[in-house]
Amino acid sequence: MSASVLYDRREFMTCAAGGLCFLMAAPARTKAVHSAMKTDQLVEARYYEKLPNRKIKCLLCPRTCVIDDLERGYCGVRENRDGIYYTLVYGKPCTLHIDPIEKKPLFHFLPGSEALSIATAGCNVFCKFCQNWEISQSRPEQLPSLDLAPAKLVALTREKKCPVIAFTYNEPVVFTEYMYDIAEKARGVGVHTAMISNGYIQAKPLKDLCRVLSAVKIDLKAFSERFYKELVSGQLQPVLDSLILLKQEKIWFEIVYLVIPGQNDDPHELSSLCKWIYKELGPGVPLHFTRFYPQYRLTNVPATPLQTLQKARQIAQDAGLQFVYSGNVPGDPGENTYCSKCSELLIKRMGYAIAENRIKTGQCPKCRTPIPGVWK
Amino acid sequence: MSISRRDFIKDHAALAVGATLTPLALQDLFAAPALTARVVQANLPSAKSGAEADHVLRALDRGMEALLQMPGKEAWAEIVSPRDIVGLKVSCLAGKYFSTHSSLVQAIITRLVSIGLKPGQIIIWDRLNMDLQGAGFTLNQNPQQALCYGNDAAGYSQALYEYQSACSRLSRIVTDHCTAIINLPVLKDHGIVGISAGLKNFFGAIDNPNKYHDSCGDPYVADVNMIPALRSKVRLTICDAITAQYEGGPPFMRQWNWPMRSLLLAKDMVALDRICWTIIENKRSENNLPTLRDAGRYPSYIHTAALRGLGTDDLQKIEVIDV
Ligand code: SF4
Repeated sequence: MSASVLYDRREFMTCAAGGLCFLMAAPARTKAVHSAMKTDQLVEARYYEKLPNRKIKCLLCPRTCVIDDLERGYCGVRENRDGIYYTLVYGKPCTLHIDPIEKKPLFHFLPGSEALSIATAGCNVFCKFCQNWEISQSRPEQLPSLDLAPAKLVALTREKKCPVIAFTYNEPVVFTEYMYDIAEKARGVGVHTAMISNGYIQAKPLKDLCRVLSAVKIDLKAFSERFYKELVSGQLQPVLDSLILLKQEKIWFEIVYLVIPGQNDDPHELSSLCKWIYKELGPGVPLHFTRFYPQYRLTNVPATPLQTLQKARQIAQDAGLQFVYSGNVPGDPGENTYCSKCSELLIKRMGYAIAENRIKTGQCPKCRTPIPGVWK
Repeated sequence: MSISRRDFIKDHAALAVGATLTPLALQDLFAAPALTARVVQANLPSAKSGAEADHVLRALDRGMEALLQMPGKEAWAEIVSPRDIVGLKVSCLAGKYFSTHSSLVQAIITRLVSIGLKPGQIIIWDRLNMDLQGAGFTLNQNPQQALCYGNDAAGYSQALYEYQSACSRLSRIVTDHCTAIINLPVLKDHGIVGISAGLKNFFGAIDNPNKYHDSCGDPYVADVNMIPALRSKVRLTICDAITAQYEGGPPFMRQWNWPMRSLLLAKDMVALDRICWTIIENKRSENNLPTLRDAGRYPSYIHTAALRGLGTDDLQKIEVIDV
C-alpha cells in the first residue's frame, strides 16, 4: 500500500477519534474510487472551451492545457471524454482532517479557529519540494476517496462545530468546481471558507471564487522566474497577477514564502519581493517566511537556518511590511503578532496554539490602531 | 520440421538483405556505417477486415525469425526464459477500435507457452482495468490462464524512481510482478508528443504521465524509459500497426486511421520509434498534412533517447527488414 494511503490512515485515525469514521469505512471508500471513473457520475468542468476533433482547451489555470479526447490535463484530475471536459474529483476528497487555522497558516483570520480541512488528488504544478506529494502528485484512481457532496460536507462541518472549511494540502484550484459549490453552500449557513493555494489560476475562476470564499492564503514560492521554471514547473507572473486580483477583490489574504537555502533566499530577491508587496499590495498584508525541511526531490538541501529566517524578516520590516512572521519554528518570537504602531504584543502563539489573543474589536488594546484581518 | 540456427541464418541471410526496405548496392554495403539496430516489418496479407488470428501468428513468426535471425522457438528463448514472469504491456487507451489487438496478444502467449512458460507466468497489463476491458480484454487473476489486470488493481511502488527529469512511482507490475516485459504499443500520431509507439507506451507504467507533456514530452519520455527498474526488464517491442493512425491521436479517429496490416518488431525501441516516425511522416505527407515539426509536435524525445544511450535513431544504422 502506498505512502499516500498510510497518510490517509493516519488521517482516518484522527477522524475516527473525532467521530468521522462513518465516512471513512473501507468499502465505501473503495466504491468511491471506482464510481469516480464512470462518466454519468462525473461533473462537467466549468472553465474550458471546445475545439475541433473532440479536443478541449482548459481555461482554469495558466497552463491552458489543450487536451485530446481520452487524455487528462497536467493536473491529472480533469479528463476529456468525447469532447466534454470533466473533473474527476468533484465530491471525492481523499483527505479530511480538523486543523487549527494557524496551521495553514492564516494568522489574521479567526485566530484559534478549527478548520475542517479537505484535499483531493492532483496539482497543477510539480514542486520538487512538495510536502504533500503523495496526494498532490497522484491521480484520483490512485488514492482512496470519500463520496462527500458539498451539502454533506457543510453539514458535517456544522456538526463538528468548525467555523471554517479549508481547501488545502493539495492545490484546490484543481478541484475548483467542488470548492466553489462548498463555499457557496457554507456561506449560506454562516460557515467561512479558506483556500490555501499556489495562486496559479486564471483571473475569471479566481474572481468567481472571491465571491464565495472568506480568505485565501497564497504560497509565493520565490520571486524569480528561474525558480518557478526549475523547481515548480510553473511561472511567477501569473501568481503575482493573482495577488493583485485578490487585493482588488478585497478578500482577506496572506502570503507564505518557504525559504529554501541557496534557491530563493538571496537577500536581493527577498528585498525585491518585499518592495513589490509593499507597492502593489500594501504594508498590511501578512507575510510568513517559513522554514524548509528536506522533502520529496529536494532532500540534498539542508533545513533553513534560523538566521536566514530572521534576516528575511528584517528585510521585510525594513521594506515597510507591518506583519511579518516566521513559520515552522515553534517558540520563535516571529510567530507573534505585534501592533504595527506601538509594537504591543497582540497575539502570542506557540506553534499552532494561541497562548494569548489581546485583539479587541479588531484593534490594538493599547493604542486602538486597527489591525487588518478577519477577527470574528 | 526443426531448423538449426546455423541453417536458418544460411538460408535466410540473402533473403533478409534482399528484402531490406532501403536496398543498397553491394559496393555501398562496404562504405555504409555498420548497422547497429534492426527493425522488422512483418506484413499481414491484405484482407477486408480485422486481425485474423492465423495471419497474425504467421506474421509474428516471420517477424521473430527475421529479427533474431533464428528459428521461432530459439528466437523466443533468446527473449525470455521459462522462469520469467512476462508482462505484455498493451496500449488500450483508445478503446476497442484502436488498441493492441487481442489476436496479437494471443499469438505471443501461444509462442511463450511453446517454450515452457505457464499461462499464469504471463501478465497482460495497462494503466486501468477499465481500459483493458474497453479494448476487449477479460480481466483475469486465475493463473490457469494468462493474467490480465491494470495498474489500478496492482498499485504503484511506494518508492520514487528518478532519472533526470523523470520522478515517478512505477506500477508494481513492473517493480514486483514481472521479470521481463514485452512492449506492445500501437502506432499512432500523438497530439502532444508527435508520435506514440514504443517509448511513449511506457507512460502507462508510471503514476504521473500528465506531468510529462511539456515541450512535446522531451526529455521526459526518454527519461522515463531510462529508469533502470523499467529499462532492465524491457526485452522486446512489437508495435501493432495492423491499423495505424497518422493524425488526431491518441484517440481513435476513423478518418485518419488506415489498415497498415503490419507488425513492427525490434529490440532497440529507439530505432523502432525512429522508423515509426518516418512511417507517420510519410503518411501525413501523402495526405497533405503538415510535418510534425510544422504541426508543433516534433518528437525530439526520440533523439534524446538516443543521446541517453537507449538505442539508435540514426537511419543509416538501422536495418529495416520487410517480411
Ligand atoms: S487546471 Fe489542470 S487541465 Fe486545466 S490548465 Fe491547469 S493543469 Fe491544465
